[in-house]
Amino acid sequence: MKCDIVLAGVGGQGILSIATVLGLAAVENNLYLKQAETHGMSQRGGAVQSYLRLSDQPIHSDLIPSGEAQLILSVEPLESLRYLSFLSKEGYLITNTTPYVNIPDYPEVEGVLDSISKLPHHVAIDAESVAKMAGNAKSSNMVMLGAASPFIDLPLKSLEEAIRSIFARKGEEMVTVNLKAFHAGRSFAERTLNR
Amino acid sequence: MTHKKLLLGVEAIGQGAIDGGISGVYAYPGTPSTEITEYIQENEVAIERNVHRQWSANEKTAMEAALGMSYAGKRTLVCMKHVGLNVAADVFMNIAVTGINGGMVVAVADDPSMHSSQNEQDSRYYGRFAMIPVLEPANQQEAYDLTLAGLDLSEKYGLPVMIRITTRLAHSRSGVQLVEKARAENPISLPSDPMQFVLLPANARRRYQNLLNLQPDLLELSEQSAFNSFENGTDRSLGIVCCGIAVNYFRENYPGVSPYPWVKISQYPLPEKLLKQLEAAVDEILVLEEGYPLVEEQLRGFFQRGKKILGRLEGTLPRAGELNPDLVASALHLEKPSGQVTSGTLVNRPPALCKGCGHHDTYRALNEVMEEHGKGKVFSDIGCYTLGALPPYNSIYSCVDMGASVTMAKGAADAGLFPSIAVIGDSTFTHSGITGLLDAVNEQSNIVLIIGDNESISMTGGQDSSALGRIEAICEGVGVLPDHIHVLESLPKNHEVLVSLLRQEIAYQGVSVIIPRRECIQKLARRKRN
Repeated sequence: MKCDIVLAGVGGQGILSIATVLGLAAVENNLYLKQAETHGMSQRGGAVQSYLRLSDQPIHSDLIPSGEAQLILSVEPLESLRYLSFLSKEGYLITNTTPYVNIPDYPEVEGVLDSISKLPHHVAIDAESVAKMAGNAKSSNMVMLGAASPFIDLPLKSLEEAIRSIFARKGEEMVTVNLKAFHAGRSFAERTLNR
Repeated sequence: MTHKKLLLGVEAIGQGAIDGGISGVYAYPGTPSTEITEYIQENEVAIERNVHRQWSANEKTAMEAALGMSYAGKRTLVCMKHVGLNVAADVFMNIAVTGINGGMVVAVADDPSMHSSQNEQDSRYYGRFAMIPVLEPANQQEAYDLTLAGLDLSEKYGLPVMIRITTRLAHSRSGVQLVEKARAENPISLPSDPMQFVLLPANARRRYQNLLNLQPDLLELSEQSAFNSFENGTDRSLGIVCCGIAVNYFRENYPGVSPYPWVKISQYPLPEKLLKQLEAAVDEILVLEEGYPLVEEQLRGFFQRGKKILGRLEGTLPRAGELNPDLVASALHLEKPSGQVTSGTLVNRPPALCKGCGHHDTYRALNEVMEEHGKGKVFSDIGCYTLGALPPYNSIYSCVDMGASVTMAKGAADAGLFPSIAVIGDSTFTHSGITGLLDAVNEQSNIVLIIGDNESISMTGGQDSSALGRIEAICEGVGVLPDHIHVLESLPKNHEVLVSLLRQEIAYQGVSVIIPRRECIQKLARRKRN
C-alpha cells in the first residue's frame, strides 16, 4: 500500500485536522507515515499545504515528488488547482467548491469550477451545504475527508475510530455530527464515481 | 512496551532533550524552531521535573542563561531559528572557547526557501566557524537520537554541540522510537577549573588552544560516527554525498539500491577519510546539501587532484532554495513523470493580517497622517505587522532584523529625514528594540516610535511576550519623557484619537512613543476556546 496525498487550503481552514485523522488511522494499521505541514507566516490567511505519505514500506522523502500524488484533497477550490503538478495522470482531485475569498483578485468562481471540471478525475463537493445537512456547517472538513476516503486504502473502521478520538474531547454530540458529516461526504463521492 | 510516538522533527528534538536529562530549555520563538520549546513546555516529565521552560527575551539572553545552567553542571538545550543565531553569535563563538560544564545542545532550525524568514543562511557555517561538532539529522528518528547523542558528546568533550535542521524536517511528522526512560538530571557541580569561563587574554589563549587540540578528536568522531556512512554501488561514473535530509530525496529516487556509491553525512566536521574512500571509487561527485554549498566547497579543498565536484556551487543544483525529490532527480538525469496542469489562471494568496487585528487600526491611522508627508518614511520590523508592507496598506518600507526599525528611524532622522517613524511589536521591542531606543533618547533624535502591542508573540503562535505589562515603564526607564508616551486601545472608534496623537508627536522635536494596544485576536480566540 502506498498513498501520497497533497492537502490544500488557506491558513486557518484547519486542513491539519484532516491530516491528523488520516495519521491516526495509518498508525493504527501499522503503516509508515510522513506528514509535512506549513507553519509560520502563511498560516495568516495564505496558501497552505500538507504532504501526507502513507505506505507499508519505509518512506524516504517528506515531500512528494511531482506527478506522483494519488490524491489532492483541497478544502478550497482555487487552492485545489495550485498543486496539480504533484498529481499523477491517474490521480484524483477532491475539492470543496465553496471559495474562501480573502484576496482582491480572486478569479471568477465559475471559471475556477470550470477548470476543475475539465480535469480527468475529480470530485467537487459543496462541503458546507453537505455539512449543514449533516448537522453542523463547521464539520465541512470531515465531509471532505469522507469524500476522499474511497480513494484511500485505509479501513473505514479505523477512520471512524480516529474521528471519534479527535473529537471525543468536545463531547459525544460533536463526535456524532462529525461522523455523520464524514459519511455524507463519503456517500457523495461514491455517488459521483458510480455516475 | 514499545515506546513509539508520532512526532514532528522539532518535537523529536524536544523529546530527545527531555530523555537526555536536561534541566532547562532556553529559547526565543522563531519559525521553524518554536515547537521544540513548546513541546517541552507541555511535556509531563518536563513539568514534573520542573525543567526550566520559560521563553527568554531573545536568543542571546537564552544562550547566556543556558550557559549559566551548564556552568552549574546541568544539561541544557538552547533553540532558535537560523537568524536567531546571529543575535546569539557573540556568546556562541565564545562558548566554543570557554567550553561547557553540563552538556549543552544548540538546536538551530534553518529555513531554506525562506518560507518564514528574511534569509536562508546556513547554520553549519557557524558550527564550523566555532569549530564545534554539528549534527544534521536526516529524519525524525535521527533528530531524537542525535539530541541524546549530542548531550553525551557535549559533556564528554566539554564543548557545545549544534543540531542543525531545516524547515521540512522541523515540520514533518513521523514515528519515533523512544528510549524506555528519561535519564536523570545532573546534580549541581561547579567547573573543575575555576578559570575555565574567564576569557581574559592569557586564559583565552589557553582555552583556544584546548579547542584547537580537540579538533583531531572531533574529526575522528565523525569518521567513526554511526550517523555517517558509506555504501558502495556498481556504477562508478558518479558518487553522491548526501547531507542530512537530502539523503531522503536521493533515496526517494532509488527506493531499492542505488547504482552509485554514496556517502551519508549527519555529523561534522566532515569525515575526510570516508569522503576520500568515495572519491577514490568514482569519476565525479555530486553533493546534495540543504542550504549553502558548504560541503561542496570543502570537498574542492580536500580533492585538489581534480575530480569534478557537482552541486549547488557548480550549478547542477540551484544555488538558492530548498531541495526536493524533483531537483535531485534532475541532477541525477532521471526521467520523472510530469503532473497535471490547470486550464485556468492561478493567483497568489499571500498571508495577510487577520480580520479584526489591532494592527489594521494602527495602519489606517498612520496612512492617513503620512499622506501629508509622503511615502518612504516609516521603518518597521519583524512580526505580523510586517504584513503592513503589502496591500492594502503599503505602509512600511523596511523589515531587516529584530529591532532595526528603531535604529533605522534614528539614523534616518540623523540624516535629516522628517518625519522618521518606526513601527515595532511589543515582543520585538523587548527582544532588540530597547537599546536602540536608548541611543535615540541619548541624542534626542526626532523619531516617533509606534509599539503595536498585541500582548503576544503572534506570528509564531501566540507565545507570551517579555514585554507584557512593562512597555511604558521600560520606555520611561530608558528616558523617554512621560508626556511623550501615549497608550490607547487600537480600535476603529479610536481612529481620530490615534490620528491626532500621531500628528502631535510628529510635530514634537524629540523621541515619542505611541502604544496602540489590544490583545491579538488569535490569542483571544484560543483563550476563549480553552
